Amino acid sequence: MNSTDTSHPDYFHKVVDCQWACPAHTDVPGYIRLIAQGQFTEAYMLNRHSNIFPGILGRVCDRPCEPACRRGRVEDKPVAICRLKRVAADHRDDITDLLPQAPAKTNGKKIALIGAGCASLSVANDLLPLGYEITIFEALDTTGGLMRTNIPQFRLPPKVLDEEINYIIDMGADLKTSHRIESMKDLLAGNDYDAVFVGTGAPRGKELKLPGRYDADNIYIGIDWLESVAFEHVKEIGKKVLIIGVGNTAMDCCRSSLRLGATDVKVMARKPREFFKASAWELEDAEEENIEIIVNHSPKEFVIEKGKLVGMLFEQMEYDIDEKGRIDRGKVIGEVTIPCDDVILAIGQNNAFPWIERDIGIEFDEWECPVVDETTMMCSRDGIFFGGDSAFGPKNIIWAVAHGHEAAISIHKYCNGESLQERLPRGVNLVSQKMGLHEWSFSNDYDAVSRRLMPHVDLLERFKKIDIEVELGFTAEQAVEEVERCLNCDIQTVFTAKLCIECDACIDICPVDCLTMTESGDEDDLRRRLTAPAENKEQDLYVSAALPQTGRVMVKDEDLCVHCSLCAERCPTGAWDMQKSEISIPYAKDEAALTASRLAARG
Amino acid sequence: MSYIAKPKVSHPSVPRNELGLFKRDYEGVVSTLCAGCGHDSVTAAIIQAVFELGIEPHKLCKMSGIGCSSKTPAYFLSQSHGFNSVHGRMPSVTTGANAANSDLTYIGVSGDGDSLSIGMGQFAHVIRRNLDMCYIMENNGVYGLTKGQYSATADVGTTAKKGPANKQMPIDPVSIAIGLGATYIARGFSGAKEQLVPLIKGAIMHKGFALLDVISPCVTFNDHEGSTKSYAHTREHFHQVINADFVPPSEEIVAAYEEGNTMPIRLHDGSKIVFRRVDKDYDPTSRAAAFTFLRDSVNAGEIITGLLYIDEETGDMHDLSGSIETPLSKIPYEELNPGAEELANLMDRYR
Repeated sequence: MNSTDTSHPDYFHKVVDCQWACPAHTDVPGYIRLIAQGQFTEAYMLNRHSNIFPGILGRVCDRPCEPACRRGRVEDKPVAICRLKRVAADHRDDITDLLPQAPAKTNGKKIALIGAGCASLSVANDLLPLGYEITIFEALDTTGGLMRTNIPQFRLPPKVLDEEINYIIDMGADLKTSHRIESMKDLLAGNDYDAVFVGTGAPRGKELKLPGRYDADNIYIGIDWLESVAFEHVKEIGKKVLIIGVGNTAMDCCRSSLRLGATDVKVMARKPREFFKASAWELEDAEEENIEIIVNHSPKEFVIEKGKLVGMLFEQMEYDIDEKGRIDRGKVIGEVTIPCDDVILAIGQNNAFPWIERDIGIEFDEWECPVVDETTMMCSRDGIFFGGDSAFGPKNIIWAVAHGHEAAISIHKYCNGESLQERLPRGVNLVSQKMGLHEWSFSNDYDAVSRRLMPHVDLLERFKKIDIEVELGFTAEQAVEEVERCLNCDIQTVFTAKLCIECDACIDICPVDCLTMTESGDEDDLRRRLTAPAENKEQDLYVSAALPQTGRVMVKDEDLCVHCSLCAERCPTGAWDMQKSEISIPYAKDEAALTASRLAARG
Repeated sequence: MSYIAKPKVSHPSVPRNELGLFKRDYEGVVSTLCAGCGHDSVTAAIIQAVFELGIEPHKLCKMSGIGCSSKTPAYFLSQSHGFNSVHGRMPSVTTGANAANSDLTYIGVSGDGDSLSIGMGQFAHVIRRNLDMCYIMENNGVYGLTKGQYSATADVGTTAKKGPANKQMPIDPVSIAIGLGATYIARGFSGAKEQLVPLIKGAIMHKGFALLDVISPCVTFNDHEGSTKSYAHTREHFHQVINADFVPPSEEIVAAYEEGNTMPIRLHDGSKIVFRRVDKDYDPTSRAAAFTFLRDSVNAGEIITGLLYIDEETGDMHDLSGSIETPLSKIPYEELNPGAEELANLMDRYR
């Protein structure tokens, strides 16, 4: 193996598993350390820098960071990253003065954002401070998109939503609510806008066309039903409710049903549990509320008697799962009718663009998704950008935010006649954290405490109203303990081969046996020859240059390093050092600064 | 030294030994020696060897005198017995312990100062008695604990960090041990664990006195260019004459060894040491040959390493003194001490 090129910005970024997994690359260890120091406002602002909705995402993020968290590999449970984000949001001071502000004079460029959901708001957040004139068109009479219509209030209080959305709108966006764009052609015909961004989500719930579907009223599409509940158009539901599908929308549907009067709610899954789409924690929260989840039942028909829905017929399934964990098509082993008053279909959602004409140069693929460049977010027609669910189908809020940041860069470059592909690269900066002979700037000791449990409102209390937020947020004591679980993966073990005297001190002290000095070899061979076998190929080997005395190499398996600093502390020559890696992710403001300096140089 | 203890977390794939223990179960407290000290590596090698041998921690006794080396028993085998004795007197305390309880495994850790200056007499006599113990001499050529004065193993011409070069002749512990008739003599290097761990295992399982002279650089006072006991110098002049693999009784000798060049030697417990000649002229069972070879190598400035001499025939202290099989500590007091009357009878026999 060649020695590792640590100057590549991705190398140390990948070591910070949470930040690497986050679509918006939130500096997770950075804000967790700020929380540990009680600097909640600073932690909030560091969060906001990348993910712009810390209060919202601290409650409802899909948290790709947590399955990636190294702590989950070292022990069982990852750090409660998401809920720590909420701690920062809950305890912050007034941040109005710290927010970016739009300049007094705009730059004259007009941008239309269609949809007032998370994707459009991210674009607005990045472009308003640069002087762009932003108009947001929203079909509903309120902002937030699916964050407001599809996420129940008992998980995400409207107050939190309003606050964080208004931080952006109040920078000076022209918000046009109850203004549905019926035709893209018409919008473009006026030539009023320099660029258009589409952030209209994936608004069409999937249908289940089985016998009886249209013969009774009490069958609903999940996301439409949730929207009706959010706007209080629906205030009750029957006693017995069946939810078809077992994704996160299904979890919101079943828990909402309980709050609208249902007493017996069953979530019907076609496959076994390990194939559920819902996040583990959403399943846990639903089951805590005595939701019954029934596996291996495939819906066959709606049972209607005298024009009234009385139940649903299911095929009972049996599956074979091979050793690679793949499931077969299954076979039917029986049928069963489960009585119910209402059925809610939560089996997925699709993009829908009936308002975009197909003859205006915007290409669509076979699934009716627009053809969008994954880097620039621009579609096949210049000047029109997509982001969030509307771009590549349903993902989640944090992906929409990431798309928004990238689209904002593209829109800026497009409006300035710059190449959209030539974007500022990411960078990495390393700073030693050594404070003294045995002192580091961070809490390097490994704290064996297990993951703190989120306190919930009592089961009897929480159903009294639909807007009682179930999660109470971590107490101060819990937050103090949970932050110490973070392994500070951004504080990197950095090795300088020419200083090493090969004394073995680092290898002897490493608690997780991740270091080895050995003859170099190809990667597969090397992975087998290490102090402890390096079986997780998703994690890199850090291979040094040849060591001065023997020509061997120092190899570090990044997989399970707990960043305890003992290697650096026991190193007599400072060949190992603990250095904080700061990953710089370029935003529209950075591109704008470059544009400005280019223009200034040109005179 | 470190302010934090080694975290209680480990790689999920770490193996257990035949007792079901992890290597971490054989550790001690975190070292307070200088970072990079060779002694810490020797400590790690002892932990590895004892873990692999599957010795029950409470069946082992770690003995030491005074010096940096003699601090190290605190850093391994927290659950074993131990005795940190007077400077240079570890051999006699170990002799007493072994006389009373021959059931335990004895590991003595000493240094070049503890063994070859203040403890030279004790060192010579423990060899003469062929006490069943593993005697590890962590040899760095300086008195590290008192700021790096030359020790008795400092080579002629070696320099300290400051001051004149050493002019006095060094004492070579290996040559002394061969001369005195030790039955297991090896030399290793703290920076070469793949060689050191089998040497320690052999030394522990050898019945009789086993000397392990380990070049263990003093990173603070003797790891510079004028030193002949630095990491760099030792690596440059390191010459392994014989490779010794330790094979436990339960394992067969695998046939990967080249015919004619290998030589298995059976130890008392049924385990074997398989020698593989690296230098074809070397015979580890000939005291005279070993002595000559060592002499020549010293003149050539080479650091000869490996298991240099072994004799499995000579009995240990208990064999030589004809003591009974049962450890004295296991014999009831009444039996061990028959009383004043019996003593009087005994004394009468000599009148």
